Amino acid sequence: MVQYTVRRVAQAIAVLWAAYTVTFVVLYALPSDPVSILLNQAGGTGRPSADQVAKIQAAYGFDDPIVVQYWHHLVDAFQLDFGQSVSRGQSVTSLLAENLPPTIALTAMALVLTTVIGGGLAFLATYVGWRPLRSFLHRLPAVGVSFPTFWVGLLLIQLFSFSLGWFPATGSSGVSSLVLPALTMSLPTSGILAQVLIRGLDDTLDQAHIATARAKGLSRFTIHTKHALKNASLPALTILGVLVGATVTNAVVAETVFSRLGIGRLAQQAVLAQDIPLVQGIVVLAAGVFVVVNLVVDLIYPLLDPRVLQHSSSRSLAPVEVAA
Amino acid sequence: MTLADVELVRFTPPAAERDGTSNRARQTAHALLRRPGFLIAVAYVVLVVLSAIVPRLFTSGDPTQTAPKDKFLAPSLSHLFGTDELGRDLFTRMVHGSALSIEATAISVGLAVVVGLTIGVVSGYAGGWADSLLMRFVDVLLAIPALLLALAIVTALGFGTVNVAIAVGVGLTPGFARVTRAEVLRVKTLPYVEAARSSGAGPLRVLRRHILPNSWGPVAVLAVLDFGTAILAVSSLSFLGFGAPPPEAEWGSLVAAGRTYLVTSPWLTLLPGLAVGAAVYALNHIGKTFEELQRWH
Amino acid sequence: MALTFTPAPAVLAPPDQAVLEIDELSVGFGPKGRERRVVENLSLTVRPGQVVALVGESGSGKSTTAHAALGLLPAGGRIVGGRITLGGHDVTNADDKAFRQHRGPLVGLVPQDPMVALNPTLRIGEQVAEAVRRRGVPKRSVAVEVSEVLERAGVDNPTVKARQYPHELSGGQRQRVLIAIALAGHPRLLVADEPTSALDATVQRRILDHLDRLVADSGTSLLLITHDLGIAVDRADHLVVMSEGRIVEQGRPAEIVAAPQHEYTQRLLDAAPGLGRIRRPAPVPPVDDVVLRFDGVSKEFTSRSGFGSRSRARVLDDVTLDVHRGRTLALVGESGSGKTTALRIAMGLERPTSGRVLFDGVDVASSDRRELRALRRRFQFVHQNPFAALDPKFSVRDLVAEPLESFRVGDRSSRTVAVTKLLDQVALPASYLGRRAAELSGGQRQRVAIARALALEPELLLLDEPVSALDVSVQAQILDLLVDLQSELGLTYVLVSHDLAVVAEVSHQLAVLDGGRIVESGPTQQVFDHPEHALTRALLAAVPGLKTEVGA
Repeated sequence: MVQYTVRRVAQAIAVLWAAYTVTFVVLYALPSDPVSILLNQAGGTGRPSADQVAKIQAAYGFDDPIVVQYWHHLVDAFQLDFGQSVSRGQSVTSLLAENLPPTIALTAMALVLTTVIGGGLAFLATYVGWRPLRSFLHRLPAVGVSFPTFWVGLLLIQLFSFSLGWFPATGSSGVSSLVLPALTMSLPTSGILAQVLIRGLDDTLDQAHIATARAKGLSRFTIHTKHALKNASLPALTILGVLVGATVTNAVVAETVFSRLGIGRLAQQAVLAQDIPLVQGIVVLAAGVFVVVNLVVDLIYPLLDPRVLQHSSSRSLAPVEVAA
Repeated sequence: MTLADVELVRFTPPAAERDGTSNRARQTAHALLRRPGFLIAVAYVVLVVLSAIVPRLFTSGDPTQTAPKDKFLAPSLSHLFGTDELGRDLFTRMVHGSALSIEATAISVGLAVVVGLTIGVVSGYAGGWADSLLMRFVDVLLAIPALLLALAIVTALGFGTVNVAIAVGVGLTPGFARVTRAEVLRVKTLPYVEAARSSGAGPLRVLRRHILPNSWGPVAVLAVLDFGTAILAVSSLSFLGFGAPPPEAEWGSLVAAGRTYLVTSPWLTLLPGLAVGAAVYALNHIGKTFEELQRWH
Repeated sequence: MALTFTPAPAVLAPPDQAVLEIDELSVGFGPKGRERRVVENLSLTVRPGQVVALVGESGSGKSTTAHAALGLLPAGGRIVGGRITLGGHDVTNADDKAFRQHRGPLVGLVPQDPMVALNPTLRIGEQVAEAVRRRGVPKRSVAVEVSEVLERAGVDNPTVKARQYPHELSGGQRQRVLIAIALAGHPRLLVADEPTSALDATVQRRILDHLDRLVADSGTSLLLITHDLGIAVDRADHLVVMSEGRIVEQGRPAEIVAAPQHEYTQRLLDAAPGLGRIRRPAPVPPVDDVVLRFDGVSKEFTSRSGFGSRSRARVLDDVTLDVHRGRTLALVGESGSGKTTALRIAMGLERPTSGRVLFDGVDVASSDRRELRALRRRFQFVHQNPFAALDPKFSVRDLVAEPLESFRVGDRSSRTVAVTKLLDQVALPASYLGRRAAELSGGQRQRVAIARALALEPELLLLDEPVSALDVSVQAQILDLLVDLQSELGLTYVLVSHDLAVVAEVSHQLAVLDGGRIVESGPTQQVFDHPEHALTRALLAAVPGLKTEVGA
């Protein structure tokens, strides 16, 4: 177990390092001329003077070979230093720290809503006996994943702020301002979760051990909760990383639509401003969240599913009936 | 009921219909035609693609034609989607916008299919170190949420429809590679592949005749679903302002432009978004239907 | 249960009512009005304490009947006619809620496949306890009752097993747990749906014996669903033979065996190995030279676990064997004995850890790919499962022609001629050329697989359980075909099987494998008549039907 944990942690670190490298390649090595992107952005209009170019080159180390640049960046990143934001003149790390709390609150609420809506929908869709309602509920999750997040946000604003006046349309103060953006973010992810859970529940309910449970005379509700839901949610756990990733992505759109402070909005503005260091900081942060969530899922999964330990420790040594 | 019984009930066609391929195809077509939802979805997708190729079929108007006195007209028969702040007909702008949006979608899915398929097939069929190397690379790409990876690429490449499309395509590639590899691996170990190999078939023959024909199903389903995903991602990026600059109109940027007038003229945002959502839902439905058919056959 | 067959007592019907009464039952699948009938006008009675066996091949509707009696018809299935009475209650149209009252106290189910019939994420004890609690047993005595019922079902260390998960138990132990669950509700009727067909023969027999004893002791009735006529004849008071949804014959087993009334029953009896079929005299081998030789072959698998440790399993241990030209060598053993691995090594699909496999003097194990390819023209492989061994996208013509194409034998038209001839050899009409594997029955598929194996005119065929996936009557036909082809073409066979009855039909030499070692080998007749090793004796004793032969 210890060995397994150590190996998974090492793998996670390796993935994170590789993800950092990918962002470096994309953002610093891919553009033919990062200097001019950065200059464009630092407020210079017209042709930059040779002097300006030299200054930027020295500041960002662009005159070094790319490998040396990479090495410097990597060492800095290990110390959580992602450089200076070009558009804001502030260190990327402090910008991230400032904008993180509202995004964490928003993401947390969106994930709670996702679990409630997605889980509830999946349960209902598989429990309801009346066929028309059942097939309607089976199709509902696809609607959730089909509509653009920005559009859902605008629709909710139109409905709940302008028409009904229940929640504020924009801003980031108080819990009430969280509701609409969190709901916006959670609808697509609820759709994903519900689809996975419905498939899992339908498959589980088809399995032979459910017939055994029915033959015992257990009630439908007991079978659904005790025998089916648990078995079906275990595979669903493995998409938690995907859900968190999607939620973070949706935060970019939701925070823009609802004009909220946060990492997502920061990301949108950073890209608009082509602020390379800031974009890199945000992308690496998101990758870090994804890697950590998956690491946690991998580490707790064996504790929840009794079969995993068995499978991996003695694959070909299943117990054999001793012949008399 | 034993498994064999179930199989018999579900799979045995009436004796009279048991001959040849054409009948099989006819049966599948028949099953599809009996699903009205599927037909509507296909019809809608076909219309959207047509509007991208020949917009003139759907509207004679000019998407950039302004008419100040006709601004902010609510949807009506003469202006199906209403008009915007400059009096431009929104339906015309939507139809002409599909060209850009569908082009971007096609580029991204095309990129994902070509690169993803290659990685998946090589990885799954060759195995060994090539497999480990490619899959570690795919794992890393999967660790970066697709839209954020796209943001980084757009930052590096600059804004515009094609760049957005490339960025989205790169995000779709790893998933595609994964599914392809899984399918190839699944088919590779099936007894009939082993049977072909032990009767002397060489690796290329096995790949071409047995593995590819039997593994493309789920891959094709994913491609259809990815079309929907790509539409959403492309329109999101264009909504955020990274797509084609105005006055060019993509679906996402139309919604973004109408946003300012949400209180007074909600149709400017809600109708284009609805049309986009319907297209994605239709693609989803088509993909799911194919998937169900495959599970049955 | 006595070892010899005892005829059922003359008067069985006690004064009280039947536990299960099925009257003119019809079950259909599919949309109303256009349903496919799987069971038609079936009438059947199970009296208290009676053991009724329902026998039929796959698709005969036997399992559907059993599930209808439990109210557990799969989705799409519906009772379209007739009546089912359970312990005096009419349950024909009972909804799930109403039916639930009877499951447990009135009727229990022993399901088909123990490997999947237990919930993998719940402990054994809890799964049994659910059934115990249904009787209203007070909380504090549930645990005691659970271990009691587990013990009664023959689970050893019941208190330990109760804390384990299903995957930690062997198949046989799982089936005993399922029997415990079915008995825990103290039902008056036990429905056992192919309760042992997924298990090894020796385990199968012990579990069935135990089940017999349990129902006899508790006075429970048993409805035994099986495809195996031997098992049914050995254990039932009353035998019901089904075919295509209808009952073709029912009555006392001894009478049916002695004088089957229906032509279908006759066919089943003929086909059932060991049940009155006379063993074929072994043809005299033409030349006595060795075609294939296993020389001290061992195989170890190392599996690297997810938690870092490496475990080693020795699957084959110093196996030495000779296969003579024109003869059949059978490798016999239970699952995990290494018999299939031996075959795969001979085929060059796996490499041995040590030792050599000599085909006509050439070592298969150390051949490189090109040498192996050349050798493969001369020996071919027939896979266990004809449903998986044929590419579903290929036509019969392409399937059989594939080896010819791979070795560039002839041109397109000459290959088609060759394929037609091969189909003729395996008794398939040329009209099958254009069909796809999915359109063929199991037996036809296996014929196609054999035709493909013969395409390159090999000397040696390696047969991996060639009939185990087929219905009994089809098994006999395929075995006949193999024997005919052998004498016609002078083929050599290596046959892997778990079923001694199959082996008895076709093999000249026999080697019994246990845990990767050969524990006994010799001429088939000799081994059958004087088995030396305990496992061989257990395997022989487990062949269903032999009991009847001995006793009758």
